Amino acid sequence: MGTFTKVALIPFRSVTQSNSIYKEKTMNKILSVALIALLSACASETTKPTDAAGPPEDASLSAQDTSGSPTLNPLNDPNNILSKRSVYFDFDKYLVKDQYKSMVLSHARYLREHSSASIRLEGHADERGSREYNLALGQRRADSVQKVMTLSGTQESQIESISYGEETPRALGHHETAWAENRRADIRYQSE
Amino acid sequence: MGICLRQFFCRTFVIFLCLLGSPLHAALDIEIFGGGASQIPIAIVPFASEEKLKQSVTAVVASDLQRSGIFRLVDSGGLSPHDPRDIIYPNWQMLGTHALVVGSTRMLPNGQVEVRYSLMDVATQELLISDMETVSVKQLRAVAHRMADNIYEKLTGDVGVFSTRIAYVVKQGKKYALQVADADGFNARTAIEYTQPIISLAWSPDGTKIAYVSFENKKPVVHIQTLATGARKAIAKFKGSNSAPAWSPDGKRLAVVLSIRGGSQIFLINANGSGLKRFSRSSGIDTEPSFSPDGQSIIFTSDRGGSPQIYRMPVAGTASGVAERLTFEGDYNVSPQYRHDGKSFTFIHRSGSKFNVAVQDLETRQVQLLTDSLFDESPSFAPNGKIILYATEIGGRGILAAVSSDGRTRQRLSAQTGDIREPAWGPLPKWR
Repeated sequence: MGTFTKVALIPFRSVTQSNSIYKEKTMNKILSVALIALLSACASETTKPTDAAGPPEDASLSAQDTSGSPTLNPLNDPNNILSKRSVYFDFDKYLVKDQYKSMVLSHARYLREHSSASIRLEGHADERGSREYNLALGQRRADSVQKVMTLSGTQESQIESISYGEETPRALGHHETAWAENRRADIRYQSE
Repeated sequence: MGICLRQFFCRTFVIFLCLLGSPLHAALDIEIFGGGASQIPIAIVPFASEEKLKQSVTAVVASDLQRSGIFRLVDSGGLSPHDPRDIIYPNWQMLGTHALVVGSTRMLPNGQVEVRYSLMDVATQELLISDMETVSVKQLRAVAHRMADNIYEKLTGDVGVFSTRIAYVVKQGKKYALQVADADGFNARTAIEYTQPIISLAWSPDGTKIAYVSFENKKPVVHIQTLATGARKAIAKFKGSNSAPAWSPDGKRLAVVLSIRGGSQIFLINANGSGLKRFSRSSGIDTEPSFSPDGQSIIFTSDRGGSPQIYRMPVAGTASGVAERLTFEGDYNVSPQYRHDGKSFTFIHRSGSKFNVAVQDLETRQVQLLTDSLFDESPSFAPNGKIILYATEIGGRGILAAVSSDGRTRQRLSAQTGDIREPAWGPLPKWR
């Protein structure tokens, strides 16, 4: 599995994130973003893990091993930033706003630490205008989140960005509050 | 789906309400508003022995012609000739009609029906059409549509589209059904049903298949379904999103929009899913392709200039061709569809918070706004270029609407329950 997997089992913490979120963790190491990027860069040069190299790493189990609360999957733990999954966007915009970056980077790091985990980034748009253009706009939002992740060193192969456009609105109203709720990208783990 | 046909004529055609045919197969309610400035007055005399049939033929013909907005139906005032030899022309001239349709139906011993009809020019007393068809009772509506097509063509010089079909999506609760119906909303049947959205329907040029985007794989995938057999195939299921199918005029390949190379870009792919080739190359969104009728160019929506606008690019110069911007009015012009003759295209133009159907002439660049509703989407030309079918909404409910290309006549087609959306007007039938 190479050096990447070994390193990845240690739960790195980025200085860009609030440590309080991880208070319950027993192994709380703080590494700089630069170090993560360096390690990830090294990792990307190692061969990709294959099934032949051993049983696929169970993302949730290995995370629980290092957690003080063994029953909670960090992805679902409401106290863990990884349980946050939605990035919201302004009208006709697809830039990831600063307020969502630490959350997106936490998922990016989780993916680096769990090389067998993969996610789908699902872009959405509000209902106004062309369905196909909104599909493309949702795609752009998902692509933007993907770019934040891959720039931090996460493998593109662990991510599929797709769009639902305006087709599956979370909020059903025809007003700005509903539209704002529907202009977003969701992070969804394939195991879910 | 609804099972009753309601028609609200804003002019004087209420008398024809009683003539409307069997309502049992109608899936869509149709309402008509307005009418052309110079309508052709036409009288259609109920055919001999027609009352013995389950399906009135003349009611369907009258409804077709009236719906086009080009004809004004003239009441026959009790006159009932069934043969051209029985027509007393001065009487019809006094009624103010220009054209007159007479005919007869006859039940044959084998259960088939013989339908004869004639179209007369009242002023010149000239016989314009004289025709006879023998069909099964089930085909009486189809015969009536063909008659309406012939009459329309003879009197206007344009091809009639009464024998064509339309496709659309009905959303009812959590179910999405792709339906195909006759152009008058009758004979609707479900081609496929999903619990995930269906969008972007596109008829193959020969009318045998429909390409569409479904989300059953938890992402947009382009399928082609053969209508006669129900067989379907995913032809674009690449990593990321696959959408916006558009057929080339020869039906051999499609333009699709893929995110496989990042962003949303237009690709060409053979109808069997082979031979993927990139068409557009921009750092932004390129989507909603529509082939020109000669297959030489594609118009599409792109935000490469900062706002979504419509561009044209030659097909031969794939990936290196220069895209020419076509729309300049406003900051949101999307969903272009060529007219059948390639001389203009319809699209959605936003002004303020309103999204409306517009047409732009490719030579003069002149833009005409055809609607003034709030949320119009997905415009598509009838195959004679005279009517544009689009989706809109009333009271938060999705309905279909059609507007004549001069903007004067409008129809609304609504399902009795559920949202109806994503319309696509099918091609002319083969016999045309």
